[in-house]
Order: sequence, then C-alpha cells, then structure tokens
Amino acid sequence: MKPYAKFAVLVVAIIGTLAWLAAGGINETKTYYKEIKEVNAMTKAELEKRIRVGGDVAENSIVREGKEVRFVLTQKELKLPVVYVGTEPLPDTFRNGAQALADGKMRPDGVFQANRIQAKCASKYEGKPQYKVKPPIQDSKAAI
Amino acid sequence: MENVGALAILLAFCFSVYAVAASLAGKWRSNPFLLLSAERAVYSNFFLLTAASAILVYSLIAGDFRLAYVAGHSNRAMPTAYKFASWWGGQSGSLLLWAWLLSLYSAIIVFQNRRKFRDMMPWTVAILMSVQLFFNLLIGFIVSPFEVLVQGRGIVDVGDGQGLNPLLQYWTMVIHPPILYLGYVGFTVPFAFAMASLISKQKGEEWIHTTRRWSIVTWFFQGTGILLGAGWAYAVLGWGGYWGWDPVENASLLPWLTSTAFLHSVMMQEKKGMMKIWNMVLVAATFFLCIFGTTLTRTGIVSSVHAFAQSPIGVYFFSFLAIGIAATILLILSRVDYLKTESRMESVVSRESSFLFNNLILVASCFSVLWGTLFPVISEAVTGEKISVDAPFFNKINIPIGLFLLFLTGVGPLIAWRRSSLESLKRAFFWPILGSIVLTIVLGIAGIHHPFALMSFALCLFVTWTIMGEFYKGSRAIQAKSGQNFAVAAIQLTHRNTRRYGGYLVHMGIVLMFIGFTGKAFDKDTTVEAAVGDNFRLGGYEMKVREILDGDNDNYSWRHAKIDVSQNGKLVTTLEPERRGYKASRQPTSEVAIWRRLNEDVYINFAGSSEDNKKAVIQAYVFPLVSWIWIGFWVLLIGTIICLIPSKVRLQYARTQVVGVTSKPYVEVER
Repeated sequence: MKPYAKFAVLVVAIIGTLAWLAAGGINETKTYYKEIKEVNAMTKAELEKRIRVGGDVAENSIVREGKEVRFVLTQKELKLPVVYVGTEPLPDTFRNGAQALADGKMRPDGVFQANRIQAKCASKYEGKPQYKVKPPIQDSKAAI
Repeated sequence: MENVGALAILLAFCFSVYAVAASLAGKWRSNPFLLLSAERAVYSNFFLLTAASAILVYSLIAGDFRLAYVAGHSNRAMPTAYKFASWWGGQSGSLLLWAWLLSLYSAIIVFQNRRKFRDMMPWTVAILMSVQLFFNLLIGFIVSPFEVLVQGRGIVDVGDGQGLNPLLQYWTMVIHPPILYLGYVGFTVPFAFAMASLISKQKGEEWIHTTRRWSIVTWFFQGTGILLGAGWAYAVLGWGGYWGWDPVENASLLPWLTSTAFLHSVMMQEKKGMMKIWNMVLVAATFFLCIFGTTLTRTGIVSSVHAFAQSPIGVYFFSFLAIGIAATILLILSRVDYLKTESRMESVVSRESSFLFNNLILVASCFSVLWGTLFPVISEAVTGEKISVDAPFFNKINIPIGLFLLFLTGVGPLIAWRRSSLESLKRAFFWPILGSIVLTIVLGIAGIHHPFALMSFALCLFVTWTIMGEFYKGSRAIQAKSGQNFAVAAIQLTHRNTRRYGGYLVHMGIVLMFIGFTGKAFDKDTTVEAAVGDNFRLGGYEMKVREILDGDNDNYSWRHAKIDVSQNGKLVTTLEPERRGYKASRQPTSEVAIWRRLNEDVYINFAGSSEDNKKAVIQAYVFPLVSWIWIGFWVLLIGTIICLIPSKVRLQYARTQVVGVTSKPYVEVER
C-alpha cells in the first residue's frame, strides 16, 4: 500500500472511533433544557428524558428532610416542586431567591426529582448590579 | 480621577486607531516617518493604559465607592492584596487587564524589533493594534470600568462595596486570571507575526524563529493558568475535583490544545518545510480560541458555574471573531502558493507521522471539547431544543485521546525522521514495552482492575522508560568521551541541545500529571452528620470530631471544626475545615482542610450544619495520587525553562534530502 493510503486508513479509523465515542457520550448524557411551562405540558414519553429546569428558588421554600432537600422553583407565576436526592452537597450559592438549575427527571406524582443542582446568586457578580443606594445627600446649601 | 482614567482609555483608543492607520498608510506610501510614528503610538497606547489601570487600582485600594466597579468588587474589610485582585475580579476590569497586557506585549515587540524586520513590522503593528483597538473600544465605550453610580442627577457614594466574590478570595485565584491572560493575550504576538509574514510574503521561516520563545512562554502561561484554576477548584470549591468540564474551564483548555499542537507541528516546518498551511491554521485557531475563551467567560452564552450573567458585549465579540476569522481564511487562501510544502510523507512509521497523529489527536480533542461546550447552542439552532452534555461525554472521548497522546509521547521522539526500520524499533522499544507489560500484570495481581487506569500506569512507565533511556544513553556517551561523572555528563547533554532535552522534561511533567489524573479512578468519599465526639471511618482512616468553634471578624463570620485523623489507632494529623459567611456579599463558603501527601490526600469539607445547628455536616474524601499533578507542573516548569535556554551546540537541520541516501536527522556543528 502507498504511504498516503495507509495514512488515510489510519486517520479515518481514529476519527471514526472518536466520532463513535462522541455519539455514545452524547446519547448517554444529553439533558434537555426545559422551562417550567414546558415541563408541566410534557407527554408521558417525554418524561423519560433527563431534563434541566431553571428558575428562582421560592422564598422560604427550602426544607431539609434527612438526606432529601425539598424546595420550589418559580418562573414568573409558575411553580415546580423539586426534591433533591443527589449525594453531593448543595452549592453554597443555593439559597432562597437564588437562580438555580436542577438536573433530573419528572416523577409521576408531579414532583421533579433532581440529582444535581447548580445555583448562582441572582444579580450578584455581573449583569445589572442592584445596590442598596443610600438616599442622596441633600444639597447642603439648600438646607441652610 | 475617574475622568482622567476614562480620558486615558479614550486617548488610548485614538492612538490604537492611529497606529493601525499610520502603519498601513506608511507601508502603502513607503513613508518611514509614518511607520515610526505608528510605533511610537504603540508606546503611547501602553503608557495611557498603564495610567488607566493605575487609576483603577488606586480607586480599588483607596475605596472610592462612587465608582460602580469599585462598589461591585471591593469593600473596606478586604485585605489589600484582594483589593488589588479586584482589578480582574469583574468584567470591565478584566477587559482592562486584557487591553493593558496586550499594550505591554505590543510595546515590547516594537522595542525588540525596532531595527529588525523592517518590511514585516508595519503589518505586525497593524495587526496587534487592530486587536488593541477592539479591546480599547470595549473598555472605552461599552463597559467602562470608570462608570460612576448615579442617582437622579447626583453622583452617589455608597460608602462600602460588595466585596470580591468570596470564592475568589484565595491566593491561586488572585494570580490565576492574570497568568491565564498572560497566555491568552500572548498568543496575539505569534499570530500577528504569522499573518504579517504571510501578507508580506517573507522568505523562510523567520516568523517561527522570532516567535518561538513567545509561543513557548505563552503556552506555558496558558498551562499554568489552567492548572492554577484546577488547583483553586480543588482547594476551594469543596467538591474535591479539579476539573469539571465546565464551559469556562473548557474555554481555557481549547487554545492550550491547539497551541500544544502548534508547538509540535512547527518543528515539522522548521526541519522539513512541511505543514506550512496547517501551522498558519493552528496559530490562527489558537488566537481566535483565546478570543473565544474570553467571550465565553465574559458573556455567559453557555450557562456556567462561573457566575457571569448575560452581558451586552457578546455581539461585539462575535462580530470581531467573524471579521477576524473571515479575513484570516481569505489571507491564507490567497497565499496558498507561498505555503507549498517542501517534502512529502514517506512512511507511517516515522517522526513526521508521529507529529501528524499528535496534531490530529490534539485537534480532535479540541474539537470534541468545543462541540460539547457549544452543544446547547448548536442543538438549539438545529433542532430548536436546547440540549446539554455532561462530564461523561467529555471523559469518554478525552480519556482515550489522552492515553493515545501519552503513547505518542513515548514513541514519537525515538522514531527516526523519514522512516524507521523494524530493527531500530525493536532496539528502542523492546525493554520499555516488556516493562509496561510486567507492570500491568503486577498491578492486576495487586487488585487494580480498572482498564483505563491499568493502561495509563503502563503507558506512564513506558514513556518514563524511554525518556530516561534517552538521558542515560546520551550521558553515557559523553561520559565515555570525557570521563566526567554521570551527573555532570547529564547536565552537559541537556545543555548541548536544550530544546530536545527540555522537551523531554516537559513530557516527563505531563507523565507525572497523568499519574495524578489516574488516581481519580480510586477516589473514596463519605458524608456524615457528626456532633462533637462522633467517629467515622473512610478508607483506612478513623476520623473523630474533636471540637466545633464559632467566631467572627470584619470580613466574615466562621464556624470551625477540629477533626482528628488516625490510622491504625495512631493519631496522624488534625484537620481543621471551616465554614465562612462573608458579610459584604452575605454568601457562605467552605474552607476545606487537606492533608496533602504523595500517595494520597485526605480532604475534609465542612459542608454545613444540621437543621438543629448541633451537628456538622462533614464530607470526607480520600484522593490517591493527586499531588503528582502539582509535582508534574514543577517538572514541566523546569523543562520549559530549559527549552528557553539557548543550546550550546547550534543545530543545523538538513532541509532537503536526496532520495535514496539516508541522511542523519541533523548535523551538530560545534561553535
């Protein structure tokens, strides 16, 4: 065989293997981003998928029951009860009012069972900072 | 003050526009005065951005809380070092750092080459300053670091700021962003030289020789930045990992992968005049991936634990990338003739071929990481559904790639250029391969059955053996000639060809890191709720909570546990993890306690308190071999430094070979 043909065979073999691994990897771990609205309207077949739902953690909704943590995700008016059953501890940023992403599946009873939670503080590092601005100092001349 | 800073950025913007215009016009009209003034504009740009940066840093340290950036990223209670680090703690500040570093690099380049490359330099300056112009535009008009807080018609002083994100208040995080940026920004220089040499059709490979040091140093900074980030994640985030395939981590890895490929394939061009187009593509890809990485971190197009929310600068970045990539492709296409290869591949078993596969596999890895990172974006565009992939996807592809690379690391440097005979292969690899097989059997009997772990350990031994063999054979030869002792001979050997033996040491560092990565297969962990006096066990260690203390200072309040760790009934160490609540940001963080050792780390995280506040939630981990990652880094550092030392023996590479005559790979010429 000519060297260039050999190279072609090897290159195709390597890329083929990697593509095969990649396809397998995608099928195993793919997670669908859904909004709460969409989750509530999902059909039975769709409920088998792994989903990632985002929203705000409702104020004072976090309840710890043994190893489980229950809370409610909200997105505008919509609500979704979530139970976290994962082994990893919840991130420090997971608090009332934080933005959270929950990975998991919908249970038949309408509760979302999450095995992974990511959270970030709303409005903290970037975006529009919300400062608690002190009232501006009155014009001193006017006060005199 | 802030007006002066903003003015400095504005002027820097004008100067960068001028530098581009003047060098292009000067080149066009062949006017040396215009060219000189363009180079001086580069210096002015540097001084102005230095002034702007100094003003921002001064405001951060002095606590000028009228500025939105200072109020958002600094506070009074923070130590001065962290106040300084707030420079790059947020978006506009870190963009200012980018711009400043680029201006510094450009000034150095212009100064170094003030008498060299007269026909190429105007183009280099124009390209560098075009990039500069873009960043000056961002910090001057879009996200100025000098914005003041305004309410109604008055400027407001909020009195105290929100402080730097507490997770970032850790020493590696203080140096991680600037070091990563040194690497990210640094690749602008090889890119500018490559493109300039392409535009002006330089003869030979001048741009490679000039930028070789730059490439190595910036490559090293990229790698260091990535590892510092990993070290930070390990020591601070509390989940015990150092790599999670998070979009932002991936963003930093992408240009490193292509620049590693570039460092290797550029040798093919130097020595054989091959892969010229490919090198242009790689250097450009690395540069654009650096910009892309900055985009990803700074705009949050893919959701990430690095909490940078959506921001308006994405559009600008993507326009810049689109224009830049289009221009580069057009340029390369128009110069294809000039990039003709000088020799051809002859055999699958040759040095050339090992470089080729090294490149293929690195680029494949880069592509898979890019694909996985952008999968939500791609899938949304194609199917309308946003789908993300997780760590297992990345691992599934990149573990085999890593192992194959490791294999090439052992094989590549020992195969001859052009083609290798079966006899020479046997001579070079018989013992290392036998050794690896024996090691695999021994480890298998010892109870390790994880297939990838076994392969990894076997390959690590294989590569170490080949590298040590090279040092041993070379030093022996010198010893036989000169009669010096072995250590002196080894140093002399390295000094003769620093690139080669420094390169081997870099490879050795990578091998040590792989040993550390492989340890991941044997992690153990447990989570317990424990009160004072409680015991628990993990992997041969007995842990006992001795006390839990509470306290308070200006910056944060804390809760501290003292945990005695015993092994075989003997107390070996006491670990003290802590949980902090930062006051300014009202965010809790964990300070993990790690007992670092060569064989395994014991890692304890104070994860929280139980409902009734009486018990502590403790997570304990055992991480085997993880220290070897950091040790590998130091070896890599030493190897990189050796690569940068000029060789005592100048090498002249035989560039064209007559078919049928086996020429030596290179000829050594004593100075």
